[in-house]
Amino acid sequence: MRLKKTFLSALFICFTILGFAQNNKGVPAIDVKKMDGTTFNTGDIDNDGKPVIINFWATWCSPCKRELNNIADLYEDWVDETGVKLIAISIDDARNMAKVAPYVNGKGWEYDVYIDPNGDFKRALGVNNVPHTFLVDGNGKIVWQHNSYAEGDEYELLELVEKLSRGESID
Amino acid sequence: MNFKKPLILSTLLFVGMCTTKAQNVEEILNRGQIRGNFQLEGQIYQEDSVIGAEAVPEKYRTNAFLNVMYTNGGFSAGIRYESYLNELLGYPEGYRNNSGIMYRYISFTKDKLSVTVGSFYEQFGNGLILRTYEERGLGYDNALEGIRVKYRPVKGLTITGITGKQRIFFDLGPGIVRAVDGDLDVNEVIPQLRESKTRLQIGASFVSRFQTDDNSAFNLPENVATYGGRFNLHRGKINITGEYAYKINDPSVNNDFIYRPGEAVFLQTSYSQKGFGLVLAAKRNEDMSFRSDRNQALQNGLINYLPALTKQHTYNLLATLYPYATQLTGEIALQADLIYKFKKGSALGGKYGTTVQMNYASANGLDTTSANDGDTKRRGYNSTYLGFGEVYFKDFNITVQKKINKKFKGSLTYANLVYNQNVIEVKNNKKDVFANVGIADVSYKFNRKASIRSEFQTLFTDQDLGNWATALIEFSYAPNWFIAVQDQYNYGNEDAESRVHYYNVSAGYNSGGNRVSASYGRQRAGIFCVGGVCRVVPASNGLYVSITSSF
Repeated sequence: MRLKKTFLSALFICFTILGFAQNNKGVPAIDVKKMDGTTFNTGDIDNDGKPVIINFWATWCSPCKRELNNIADLYEDWVDETGVKLIAISIDDARNMAKVAPYVNGKGWEYDVYIDPNGDFKRALGVNNVPHTFLVDGNGKIVWQHNSYAEGDEYELLELVEKLSRGESID
Repeated sequence: MNFKKPLILSTLLFVGMCTTKAQNVEEILNRGQIRGNFQLEGQIYQEDSVIGAEAVPEKYRTNAFLNVMYTNGGFSAGIRYESYLNELLGYPEGYRNNSGIMYRYISFTKDKLSVTVGSFYEQFGNGLILRTYEERGLGYDNALEGIRVKYRPVKGLTITGITGKQRIFFDLGPGIVRAVDGDLDVNEVIPQLRESKTRLQIGASFVSRFQTDDNSAFNLPENVATYGGRFNLHRGKINITGEYAYKINDPSVNNDFIYRPGEAVFLQTSYSQKGFGLVLAAKRNEDMSFRSDRNQALQNGLINYLPALTKQHTYNLLATLYPYATQLTGEIALQADLIYKFKKGSALGGKYGTTVQMNYASANGLDTTSANDGDTKRRGYNSTYLGFGEVYFKDFNITVQKKINKKFKGSLTYANLVYNQNVIEVKNNKKDVFANVGIADVSYKFNRKASIRSEFQTLFTDQDLGNWATALIEFSYAPNWFIAVQDQYNYGNEDAESRVHYYNVSAGYNSGGNRVSASYGRQRAGIFCVGGVCRVVPASNGLYVSITSSF
């Protein structure tokens, strides 16, 4: 009995340590494409200690486009006030990939845009559906996520970004 | 007594790992991350003779999966458990009454080498000869299971080698797939070009399938080779990309067992600058269905992917009544896509700017003549390279988007479609559908949290089921709640009894990575597409619940 207990508690300690690791998730390092066709590794995502928003979208997803267009109207102010950087990950595949750059430029988005044509980055982050937004703090840790978009979601996102940019925790 | 020794030893080891060397172990474990996602969809079915929804014997069916991945430095491992008890109506029947782990992998990266064993998804170029991927919402998953090795001898060059068998539902297909691909970023590899504004990437791949000759009537090639090359050229505002693929003769169910080789060519060019974007694209594919089992049809066991060159619509009358997917036996397709934004402050731009998007797409059959002169049993044909055959699909559409003020915004869409039912839906003696579609999408924001959005759609046609109208009203309260009511009405059906309302009410709650939603109502029989792959969905009525979570 005692042996079993010791064994179980040892296991428990191990899992607790593993459990702690949960709060420490960084951005997985996956190869995606830049709009000029070259490769970018998501492990290199960096914003000099300021927060980063990672947003998954697609040219065929209307709530995604509503979200990114709404943020685009406010983005300049967000950057000035918080130093945040938005990284838009398009999950368009070979069918629509060529439409990504014309859409992004046509709309005048100032985001960093990458393409994940076979869903590798999407899979690595456990994304079910688009739009899906992650918030990364200044230490490169993912601290918040949100699936889907409703008008006004961007104000909650901004509040969180402001907290992070002041160095506060968002829990 | 004997079993106690290993138990004591392993306990000591565990305690040792977790206590005495805690600092070290903790450091390593701390780098580990567990991630994943979960989805459950269930539906309680109701018989509804008005829309042709038959009684479902189980009354309730459910699809679910859970992905779990562990990563630590260059090491990664993961599994997905899936369950279809029984599969939701409209999902491939191959999943029926089955649950289990068909996706599992372990991979590591050590310096320039990455190795994956188990299941994996891979794409060479645009996927014309190899693309394994998943669309869980469609029940599409053609993951390869085997070994994948990636080697990066210098920055900018990646060589990928694969051997494996392909997933077909809860089995692996009979074919063995062997593949190799080289991907080269010319600017990275040639130091003199590193700073050049002109960026060039090129790639080449070779894929071969081995399947024993299982057919006594034919002498079939057991090894079928495909190969292809590609490039992407970028300079400033211009991007040009192209890919060519060839397949040796591969008699199969798909091509009626003819010995004709297949080929595909895909060309896209785009120009974009602030406020303007243009894409021109062309594609031709002939006899390019390539599967890990020559006896499979539909979307089963496909090794390659032939993207459709048509706009992927989002409004439901456009997206689900007459959508298009590539005809694998052969087609020639063209597309032009334009976006223009009238500047803020200009006459047409107003205070916030106005965006106009236009798209034209066409897909035709190949220009072919049968090789059968009436005296033989030949099934083959001859084709001209640039000839356009029968019209399969045409779509011209234009959307204007405008923000009126801080509260009001909206868009108007017009589309004109030609849809060949006989080819796309494999029907006989049906007339081509000529349809005009108009859509208004208006949203109004009460305040920072509450807003309402409505869609009014109408489709006019004299063919098929006649005219349709859809109305949708969606209320959302950020960041957690939404509720929506929708009705689709087939008011123009020739048969008065078939002028049916397809009403549906839905609501959902989002928080963090979790989402729970439910809907009740009728689902029209139709075609449901994601990412250019479609499946036919039968009519249904009932209560649908879905839970998704990412962690």
